[in-house]
This record gives sequence, C-alpha cells and structure tokens, in this order.
Amino acid sequence: MKPPVFEYTAVRSVEEAVAELSQHGDEAKLLAGGQSLLPLLNMRLVTPARLIDLNRVSELAYITERDGGVGIGAMTRQRHAERSPVVAARLPLLGHALPWVGHFQIRNRGTIGGSLSHADPAAELPAVALCLDARFTVRGPAGERVLGAEEFFRTHLTTALQATELLTEVWFPPAPPEAGWAWLELCRRHGDFALAGVAAMVALDGERVREARLCLTGVGDRPVRVRAAEALLAGEPLTPARLGEAAVTVRQVIDPPGDIHATPEYRRHVAGVLVARALGLAAIRARPDLGRKSDR
Amino acid sequence: MTAHSSGDASARVPVRVTVNGRGYTDSVVPRLLLSDFLRHRLRLTGTHVGCEHGVCGACTVLLDGEAVRACLVLAVQVDGASITTVEGLEGEGGRLHPIQAAFHEAHALQCGFCTPGFLLSVVAFLRDRPDPSEEEIRVGLAGNLCRCTGYQNIVRAVRMASERMAADRRPTA
Repeated sequence: MKPPVFEYTAVRSVEEAVAELSQHGDEAKLLAGGQSLLPLLNMRLVTPARLIDLNRVSELAYITERDGGVGIGAMTRQRHAERSPVVAARLPLLGHALPWVGHFQIRNRGTIGGSLSHADPAAELPAVALCLDARFTVRGPAGERVLGAEEFFRTHLTTALQATELLTEVWFPPAPPEAGWAWLELCRRHGDFALAGVAAMVALDGERVREARLCLTGVGDRPVRVRAAEALLAGEPLTPARLGEAAVTVRQVIDPPGDIHATPEYRRHVAGVLVARALGLAAIRARPDLGRKSDR
Repeated sequence: MTAHSSGDASARVPVRVTVNGRGYTDSVVPRLLLSDFLRHRLRLTGTHVGCEHGVCGACTVLLDGEAVRACLVLAVQVDGASITTVEGLEGEGGRLHPIQAAFHEAHALQCGFCTPGFLLSVVAFLRDRPDPSEEEIRVGLAGNLCRCTGYQNIVRAVRMASERMAADRRPTA
C-alpha cells in the first residue's frame, strides 16, 4: 500500500506545468489535491513515471465573478469553494452539492479541477458542471481551448483532456432568473460515492415551468443530462403527475451499473425517486410561496 | 525554475517542516507518504496507519490547521508547512486536551487505534463549529472509522468537549 517509484516535479505556474507536460505528458500524471490519485497510487492501480505537482501553482486557486458568471481556478480547494460567499450567492447548486463530496478532510485537499478532470462517474462535481452548462478552459502546448461540459466528459474516468493538457478553469454561466436548485443523493454513509445523485433546476413562470434541468450521477459512465425529461416539464405546471412522468422518463433513459453496493434495478428506482423529490425541492426554492400553499 | 525537480526517482528532495511547533529538516524520496514520514523519519508514531487509501481516517493530522489524511499527502508536499499530530495536543505538564479528556471520560475508545485520527478531526471540526447539532457531529465524524465503539460514545464525547470548551471560553466573573 505504498506508491510505486516515480519522478517528481513541483511546478510554480501554468507555463511550467505545460512545459513539463510537453516533455513528459504521455508518462506523467498531474497531481492536484491527490484525494483520488494518491489512493490509486497507493493501491498501484496507476504507475506513472512522473508526477507533476500543481499544488504550488497559486495562479490556479481563485473564485471570481466574470462575464456575468463565476470562474473557479482548477486548483481551488473544494473546502474553499464550500465556504465562499460568491459560491453561496451565485452558484447555489454547487453549494448544495459540495458537502456531499467525500468528507471535510478530503475537501480540505481535494480541488474543483481535480475532481472534474478525474471524472469519476459517481462523483458530484461533474454532474453539477453539466447541469450548470459549465465551460472548461484547457491549456496545452498548442495554446488554450474552451470546451462545453457535454464534450468534456467522455466516459468512465475519461475526459477530452489530451495527455499534454491541463484544466485551468471552469466557468459557470449566469443562472436563469428566479431559478431554484437542488442536489439530492443517496449513499450508504455520508461521504461515500453516490448510489445515485440528482442535480435539478426549476425556473418558474407563474405556475408553469419556464425551464427545468436534470442531471444525474452514479447511473452511467459519466454524468447524465436527461433532456427528454427537461423537455417534458417545460411549459407545464409542476404537478405530482408531471413529477411522476419525469421520474419514469429518467428511469427509461439511464443505464445504471450494478455492483456490491446496489443492483442496476435499485439504482434506477432510487434515481426516479430522487428526481421527483429534487424537482419539487428546486421549485419550492424558486418560489417559496408555492411550498407554503401546498402545505395547506 | 521549478520548485523541486527530481531527475531520477530515487533522488531525495529536501523537506523543511514544523511539527507540533518543532522544526525538522530532512530529505526524502518523492514517493514517501506524509504518514510514513511522521512515523518512520520523525518517530512520531501517534499517527496511525489503517487503510492507506483515505477511507479510514486513522492517519488524520492538521496540515496548516486543516484536517487531512496523511496517507493522501506526499512528504515532499509539506515543505514549508506546519503540522499538528496527536503528540501535539497535550497541554502543559502532560495535561490532556479537553477533547482527549472527553474521549477518556465518555469511554469513546476501546482499542484506541482510530482515536488519534478522531481527535485531530474533532479539533478542526469544533474549531469551525463550536456548538454543533447531533446531526452535524455525526456528519463531522463520518470521515473516521471506528470498529469497536459503535460511535455512540464518540458522539457523546464530542458533545461533552464542545460544552466544556464553550464554558472555558466564557469570561469568568
């Protein structure tokens, strides 16, 4: 349970990181917070010849409001984002989801960019990014490119990042006006990976849904945006029957894995239950008066 | 220039670190985990090693004041940092830290293997949330595994410690 032998470089800037990647990209791994990579190293599931440590790249640790949205540097610690007033005010979905990422000891080291680049199919942050239509800024020897969340996440632990590229920033566009957001997940123990997790947004226009978004984690090889369910909800009042239809649609679309923790059938069932609850919670957060009315 | 660059994998990298207020200078191979650095190089064996992949929390220490898994940090990464281990918790004359005293009195340990990790997690947890609810305590403890106690007495100890530390903070008349 000790890491294999590797060469080690601690870079101080994005420029230095790109230079190291250009030279060693194919045989190197980037070390961000290390909360996924170190377990993989300790268990010898990965054996890179070299680690390029990003922890001293201070230019990548920031949360800033820009272009109407919020940019978060890839090396921003998850715990820092969790405590950020900008995240609380501007990115409530990220704020709701972050406490579910591992335990606080993990979030003290773990980074926003590290979790997104690792792309675990049961992780919270990829689903949050996809639900928020986040944009990923990527830097490599050929320069910079910007990718949408849909193109960034490819499959199990695989992103669109080339071996010589690193993620530098994730930018979240402004939320639709008067939107409510919810993150719900089921796991065996707080901090474990989700059996299923749901990010939901509901923006209302009077009693009707103007726009809904649904994105799930733990139910496929990457975060799953269920646009068929989103389309079903748009323009309609959010009745219990509608919530049920959305749950049915989600269960039809997803193809969840089975493992020691849960069968595919159980994950499919849980996903539908969470979808209905998350949409209801998001709607109440969008229009708190609706929740009070339904209590009567 | 890069901060450290090891041309070959067996090359040692210098590390200067403060542990429990005392400065140490060493040079280590890059693959050495912080947990093993503390135990084998500094002989601070209070930090226990359980799972070595970040699940059990037995190796939890404070790194620049924040609770982290020492098995998920490389020793080379703590150059310039300040670390607190369980050896650094006791007060003057070997007096137990209030959290240690509460664990003792509430019978919050049996074999004690997980206890150092719990203590460091709870130090950080109660600093950030001095008056936690029962639910918050349970979420705060979720990152540390104990196979003996069933957790009930650990939750009680955290509650006891939070009340006593609050009383200590109140100005005396």
